[in-house]
Amino acid sequence: MKSSVIVFPGSNCDRDIAVALKKLQFKTSMIWHKETELPKSDLIVIPGGFSYGDYLRSGAIAAKSNILTEVISAGKKGSLILGICNGFQILIECGLLKGALLRNSGLKFISKDIQVKILSNKSKFFKKYKSGEILKLNIAHNEGNYFTNKEHLDELENNELIPIKYCDRNGSIDLKSNPNGSINNIAGIFNNKKNILGMMPHPERMSDKVLSSEDGLGLFLSLMN
Amino acid sequence: MKFAVTITLKNDVLDPQGKVVGQTLKNIGIKNLNSIRQGKFFEIDLDESDSNKGEKKVKEMCEKLLANQIIEDFQIKKI
Repeated sequence: MKSSVIVFPGSNCDRDIAVALKKLQFKTSMIWHKETELPKSDLIVIPGGFSYGDYLRSGAIAAKSNILTEVISAGKKGSLILGICNGFQILIECGLLKGALLRNSGLKFISKDIQVKILSNKSKFFKKYKSGEILKLNIAHNEGNYFTNKEHLDELENNELIPIKYCDRNGSIDLKSNPNGSINNIAGIFNNKKNILGMMPHPERMSDKVLSSEDGLGLFLSLMN
Repeated sequence: MKFAVTITLKNDVLDPQGKVVGQTLKNIGIKNLNSIRQGKFFEIDLDESDSNKGEKKVKEMCEKLLANQIIEDFQIKKI
């Protein structure tokens, strides 16, 4: 399996994700944002961080970089793309995913471990998990408050395009277990074809027992053929 | 030719920063305050003498980069 990790000035989870991918024997190339060609990849990852210092809006400047033109065209052809945290923000800003990520409702940067529930495992990204499984993952963001219009929200809910929602330790999805004000407790979404996933929690931070948990590893295992 | 662009969150999008600023103004004794929306301001200097063409160009900038039209509205004024 070949993977490409896109690197922007200000990315800071690029090496973490590369370590997680390497652990599973992915052959990973780090691709600088100024590149105009993307190597043939089974998986493209847009990592977390603060690309371009979050200037203008989180992800807005990165979405106009050279390499994103290639990523957009690969995504439209069906390549698997994973955007984590700032990567999710970039996927939204470049139009591959719909909606918006607003400032957290509590106006604070949140860095903590949270729980998410797998709502559906029917995708290439979550097939190694069971539906209903609760994972402990980590979030670290200031703009993770997902928002979209009613029509798109219904489309997401009715077509299993929301693989994970924030929940508590017992799996209840409610206001109390919602860390950032995200509509319907959404922690991640797919595009219609389910080849592009954007998520705020960091699976790469929970991909080794040394890092406190292996709950995020299933995502990378799912992506392996 | 100079243009001023103001970008604010759409009315149906929650603006927590504006809310907190409004609440703080009330706390320090400012009266008759109905509401506050916080936004961004850009001053753009264009090498263009036709104001219609200039405004068209600034509109393009807003649509392509400056504003996220899913959540934000923009206003353009010649200054």
